[in-house]
Amino acid sequence: MQDNNWRILTRPLIDENPLTLQILGICSALAVTTSLDTALLMSFVVICVLALGSGSVSLIRNHLPHSVRIIVQITIIASLVIVVDQVLQAYAFELSKRLSVFVGLIITNCIVLGRAEGFAMHNGFVASVLDGIGNGLGYALILVIVGAIREFFGKGSLLNLQILITTSQGGAFEPLHLMLLPPSAFFIIGGIIWYVRRKRPKQVEKPEFTLRPRAEGSE
Amino acid sequence: MSESANRDSRLRPLGVTLSVAFVCALLVSVVAVTLRPTQKANIEAERIAQLELVLEALSAIGRAQSIENLEARIVKLESGVFDDSIDPARFDAERAASKPTSSAAIPGELDLAGLKRRAMHAQVYLVRAADKRIDLIILPVSGRGYQSTLRAWLVLDGDTRTVRALKFYQHGETPGVGARIEDPDWEAQWRDLPAYDDDGVLRIGVRVQAGGGTGLHASYQVDSISGATRTSQGVHGMLRFWLGEFGFGPFLQRLREEQL
Repeated sequence: MQDNNWRILTRPLIDENPLTLQILGICSALAVTTSLDTALLMSFVVICVLALGSGSVSLIRNHLPHSVRIIVQITIIASLVIVVDQVLQAYAFELSKRLSVFVGLIITNCIVLGRAEGFAMHNGFVASVLDGIGNGLGYALILVIVGAIREFFGKGSLLNLQILITTSQGGAFEPLHLMLLPPSAFFIIGGIIWYVRRKRPKQVEKPEFTLRPRAEGSE
Repeated sequence: MSESANRDSRLRPLGVTLSVAFVCALLVSVVAVTLRPTQKANIEAERIAQLELVLEALSAIGRAQSIENLEARIVKLESGVFDDSIDPARFDAERAASKPTSSAAIPGELDLAGLKRRAMHAQVYLVRAADKRIDLIILPVSGRGYQSTLRAWLVLDGDTRTVRALKFYQHGETPGVGARIEDPDWEAQWRDLPAYDDDGVLRIGVRVQAGGGTGLHASYQVDSISGATRTSQGVHGMLRFWLGEFGFGPFLQRLREEQL
């Protein structure tokens, strides 16, 4: 049992990472990773919402009528997100302004609903909470890597601590402005996915169809 | 027996959804109400921090003031008169600009700042001299930059014709490029800049073309930031809009007439 719980917690880190294997939650991963501090805060918020959301759905799963389960799950998730957003506006005002709408958009983050519907509906409370935390950590891992790369190469700093002195400050480092624009997150996430699948070839998807060999004599 | 089970299965979804909705509503309301004072304190702290930037700009031009001497007034932009029916402490400019009932669409050809809508009212600050004449006018201005909305305080002299300072308090421009609108050197260019020519025509702006400084209006314009053409154009359009007829034009016109 202990072993099983440990598996539930760690499996989503690499083997079943929601971002790199299931390609979920990409939108927010592009938007909040221009710096490491926003990436960390966003990760923390998503972990909280995932753990609490999966936990609550698991608690009432036996009383949930099948026909309205998705609406009830969304209601729970939306309430949790609003609560977390309000807490951020009260206690992390500056950062919450930089995350702006993306906290609210966690409601539509496929990872949260995906875990509620795919895991918490069929598993006990402890397992569901652990699964939520694990998936949140998997999401956080990628966000932190991408956020660190983008902030380091885009601004020469980490967590707003200047590490490389940029040319405009009289140093030698020319910041890569592309890193601060959304496409760079695509490149980095793409690179991470390629690397993970190279190391774990099991994750490579089979082609959905193969091209028909060209018939002799046709155009 | 089967009928009652049937009824049960029909009522149960209703019961479960209603109770989930009730618990969720209760949770959200309790959290929102208990945290509201802290959130309000944050917004107030932010307003004061923005004002402190004005004070900093004022002391940079040798006109140091304390926060109590800033007279907050609400101006009705269309007519340019003060509107004291709105409490400045409760006025939220961003909110007013986004609500259809408290904002006006900007006609396309006048929308130099790329804002699309602007609030019908604006909060300005006045600094009065000992004889109660207006010494400085502090106007909130905003406009589209390269990748964000630029927000700044424009400090005008009491004569309404001379810019004393331009201080940006919020923007999300690229660090090291557009973000240099905050550079002290660049800010210093705005010090004591005439905004209008002798005929009262608005001339202030940012020279975007290199070498354009020899032109006719050189003495009314500042150099653009190299590498940040779009940000510089944004600042230019922002000032032209807010000093123009759809911005603070009527208000400044009225002040001029009253002081004559």
